[in-house]
Amino acid sequence: MTHDAGPSDWLLALAPALLLLGAYLAGWSRARRRRPWPALRLASWVAGCALLAVALAPPLMQAAHHDPRAHMAVHLLLGMYAPLALVLAAPVTLALTALPAPAARRVTAVLRHPVLHVLSHPVTAGVLVTGGLAALYLTPLYALSLTQPLVHAAVHVHLLASGLLLAWALAGPDPAPRRPGTAVRLTVLLLGAAAHAVLAKTLYARAGELPPGTHQPVATAEAAAQLMYYGGDVAEVLLAVALLAQWYRRRARRPVLTAAAGRPRR
Amino acid sequence: MADEQPTRARRASLGAAALVGAGVMAAVDEIVFHQVLAWHHFYDRSTTTVGLLSDGLLHAAELLAVVAGFFLLLDLRRRGALDARAGWAGALLGAGAFQLFDGVVVHKVLGLHQVRYDVDLLPYDVAWNAAAAVLLVLGAVLAWRSRPVPERA
Repeated sequence: MTHDAGPSDWLLALAPALLLLGAYLAGWSRARRRRPWPALRLASWVAGCALLAVALAPPLMQAAHHDPRAHMAVHLLLGMYAPLALVLAAPVTLALTALPAPAARRVTAVLRHPVLHVLSHPVTAGVLVTGGLAALYLTPLYALSLTQPLVHAAVHVHLLASGLLLAWALAGPDPAPRRPGTAVRLTVLLLGAAAHAVLAKTLYARAGELPPGTHQPVATAEAAAQLMYYGGDVAEVLLAVALLAQWYRRRARRPVLTAAAGRPRR
Repeated sequence: MADEQPTRARRASLGAAALVGAGVMAAVDEIVFHQVLAWHHFYDRSTTTVGLLSDGLLHAAELLAVVAGFFLLLDLRRRGALDARAGWAGALLGAGAFQLFDGVVVHKVLGLHQVRYDVDLLPYDVAWNAAAAVLLVLGAVLAWRSRPVPERA
């Protein structure tokens, strides 16, 4: 099962991160000729690609096959941390700035498409993330993914894609038509975080039985569940900070009357 | 009109700080009693499904309360509407309320976990809830002292 990873394994594993990094750098070099592009966004994208590379690199991936703790580390990196860093880099805004007008119009057309409205609604994204996790840990899907490479790949694509969708819907700086207000997004984050915590504690409570068909040692399964619980906490706090920082910035643009003087400040 | 704005600033400061206070108390509980002392258990075998669900919801609410409260306080400060004394009162009231809720509802009603295991629980429960009462009284005193003083004599 644990054969030594050759150069081609490494290349294949790192390809997604390298492709994403190359695409963003190409866009960035064009976009910054038109208008200044925040360095923090570039840094956020590089960080996201690095997290993705760590998650997919052969050592961690191979360890994840037999150690639930390593699996949980991959799950957190791929489903929560890498998506948040990538989304905060505003890739759609970069594409709209860097692409020539006809291509940019096509991107806008995709953004306006009704299917995307439904798909990128925080509730849809939240259901896709939570449903995916529940299916992975409460059904034989996890055991199946350990023997079927195709299922394994599909599980990881779903984890990353649904994580990106949720981070984008909740805290993305990118324009999204009909993105609901702060209250709706906070509620989705609250329920999603609650579901994540309940699932993690369920895995802890039934360590050794869950995920079905895996027969993990109880101690390592418990440690993996705790990693999921506390690792999820940190990611959810970061998401909340990103979400509310936007609220804070938007509010600054509103004229505000101060108490005594009754004249606008700032 | 002139009296109304400070009252609103006071209430807003108290509420925002209460969110932070409750969330910080929850974090103290998680870090000190769960992780450092390992008195609490991550999961108690007697926990019911309903208990597990409410535990998850409560835990998520604690996380968001700290972040949301912190941003509300920042916004009040930016608008020059932060009442520091009312803020401290709110933080103590929030922390005390969470401690009492944890001691009564989480430990006793839902029975999610206990303060400590393999000991006589009574002194621990009394100390836990007495600490909550102290925080609440301190917060109430501060809140009382932060009330607006009538200007007309």
